[in-house]
Amino acid sequence: MLQLNIVEAVNLALKQEMKRDKEIVLLGEDIGEDGGVFRVTDNLSKLYGNERVIDTPLAESGIVGVSFGMALAGLKPIAEIQFEGFLMPALDQIINHVSRIRNRSKGRYTAPLVIRCPIGGGIKALEHHSDSPETYFVHTPGLKVVIPSNPYDAKGLMISAIRDPDPVIFFEPKKVYRAIKQEVPEKEYLIPIGKANVVKEGGDVTLITYGAAVKTAYEAVQHISNISVELIDLRTLKPIDTETIIKSVKKTGKVVIAHEAQKTLGVAAEIIARINEKAFYSLEAPIERVTGYDIIVPYPKHEDYYFINQQRIINAVDKVMKNSI
Amino acid sequence: MKKVLERFQVEYLQILNENGNCDKKLMPSLTKKQIKEMYEYMVLTRVFDDKALKLQRQGRLGTYAPTRGQEASQIGSVFAVQDDDMVFPAFRENGVYLARKMPMELLFQFWAGDERGMNIPKNVNMFPVAITVGAQPLHAVGYAIALKYKKMKAAAVTYFGDGATSEGDFHEAMNFAGVYKAPCVFICQNNQYAISVPVEEQTASRTLAQKAIAYGFDGIKVDGNDPFAVYKATYDALRKARSGKGPTLIECFTYRIGDHTTSDDAKKYRKEKEVKEWEKKDPILRLKKYMKKAGMFSERYENEVKKIAEGLVEKAVAKAESIQRLKPEEIFNYTYASLTEELKEQKEQIKLENFTIAEKKKSAGKNTSVVGELEEA
Repeated sequence: MLQLNIVEAVNLALKQEMKRDKEIVLLGEDIGEDGGVFRVTDNLSKLYGNERVIDTPLAESGIVGVSFGMALAGLKPIAEIQFEGFLMPALDQIINHVSRIRNRSKGRYTAPLVIRCPIGGGIKALEHHSDSPETYFVHTPGLKVVIPSNPYDAKGLMISAIRDPDPVIFFEPKKVYRAIKQEVPEKEYLIPIGKANVVKEGGDVTLITYGAAVKTAYEAVQHISNISVELIDLRTLKPIDTETIIKSVKKTGKVVIAHEAQKTLGVAAEIIARINEKAFYSLEAPIERVTGYDIIVPYPKHEDYYFINQQRIINAVDKVMKNSI
Repeated sequence: MKKVLERFQVEYLQILNENGNCDKKLMPSLTKKQIKEMYEYMVLTRVFDDKALKLQRQGRLGTYAPTRGQEASQIGSVFAVQDDDMVFPAFRENGVYLARKMPMELLFQFWAGDERGMNIPKNVNMFPVAITVGAQPLHAVGYAIALKYKKMKAAAVTYFGDGATSEGDFHEAMNFAGVYKAPCVFICQNNQYAISVPVEEQTASRTLAQKAIAYGFDGIKVDGNDPFAVYKATYDALRKARSGKGPTLIECFTYRIGDHTTSDDAKKYRKEKEVKEWEKKDPILRLKKYMKKAGMFSERYENEVKKIAEGLVEKAVAKAESIQRLKPEEIFNYTYASLTEELKEQKEQIKLENFTIAEKKKSAGKNTSVVGELEEA
């Protein structure tokens, strides 16, 4: 079987889906000959030509707005926004139009497009290249938000995103773009949007995370010998798989949630609210959050102060055990 | 009825050609001292750039955007800018910063990933590096409108690349500038590539300069490897701005000899032959040819300028690298004018997090943790 990293797995998903469906077109900055700055679209312009793999002018609002128009006409555009910081000029198109057209037209028009974008820190780059802005999109009705943590999931989730009838923001955690190699089947498979993955079963503490932090959390768990941790990879941030979370919390009674995004109104806050609503009486300790601080992500020299790490996750697990009734 | 309402023309300006010969009729009034100073700053920019690339390869700087090839566009233009004018750069304007007397160690500090490098001294009227493409022209226009409101004689100058002319923000900036006759000069360094996308695929316009016409003001295209042409165009545009006659767009036609940044590999999308052709048009070489003919240049002078530049660069690197890392709790300090209650709490928490790690390292073996400990590389 193929051993692929996330970059290669997404590339394979795009390649196979484009072969299957001639209405899929890719749009983005430097995605043609250059293959994208992370090489996710490598060789696709050679395979499918410039009419389907479109090197656009440098204009993110334009990329999304034009993709939206193409989707309205029945094409299946997959737009790449080069870095998460560059999503911001496209927010007007995404939040005011892409997410709303189904409701605005009462189903007459829909925008089943995919917006791919790298996310998070880990490449020691300049400002706007290490951010985690998922909350803006999770907060917006009409959008689905997907974030794989490994190559296998990346392929299966991408195919689901492409075939989804609604707009999907597909975040690719750049810290683990090439950090994990995994067996990825060549044949078609789908991973459903809205379903979390229990990475490791356990009985004492539920550890919930997503994206690049899954690797960090998984490694942290390897250092914990005397406590049984259940590790959940959300895979999808909108809609969140509440059922899997609640089932686990009812078993363990103790919860740690980890993400790289800032703390205030981060995904962890929403999960805590849902646990509060649906499993409050199962809780044996206050829920711990391991998140970024409520500050601008520092430039690379000091970024380690901001990012979550294995130690912080271990400390949080430690704390919920100590605080347990 | 059908009639022509508007026709337009776009001028191209070259004063110093590739052989170092100068069109005397067009030559701006520059003293020998000024010309020498221009050369010296162009060399300093080149030496800075070479050193930065070396440091990046050694892991002593982060991602770096090289300047090589664009020295005339940067130094030629900034030489016409006065101290009280405000400059809004993009991210490749190392030469502009140096000529504005930005302490060089701050630039090295910035490119090494330390945000304190953008704590620009009060006497340098320049804004921090703008990483997202095309946002800063709007800021320059706003600044310019404020200068006009305050009846100040200064102007705002903004730098951006060919790629930026595709962003909506750029067009909004141009439109505001035209409507309000803002004392603003738009300097587009057309280095012909926005990462991998050549300018011909960026726009269907024959020139970038002509985009100004649609917004009701002049655009001019200049040979961006000719420091005299760039200087003259900027000087004229600033004089026009200060006299209340509004904005100008200057397209400096140049070439990015290096990669987009150190994370890019231009060989993937650019022919080696094309780069070689443009290396022959090196702006420093061109100015050198002129100075030789004008009797302003000797081997001794050349070596001396290089040596002084290298000395300044080495000193700046040493100074930048001697600066201690921030303490963890210091990363909170510039989020607001004063810390909010929640940030105060998080600031205390970060002290504890790091204290925990340090403490555990010190007392290895005396682990009080329930779950175990971890030393991270």
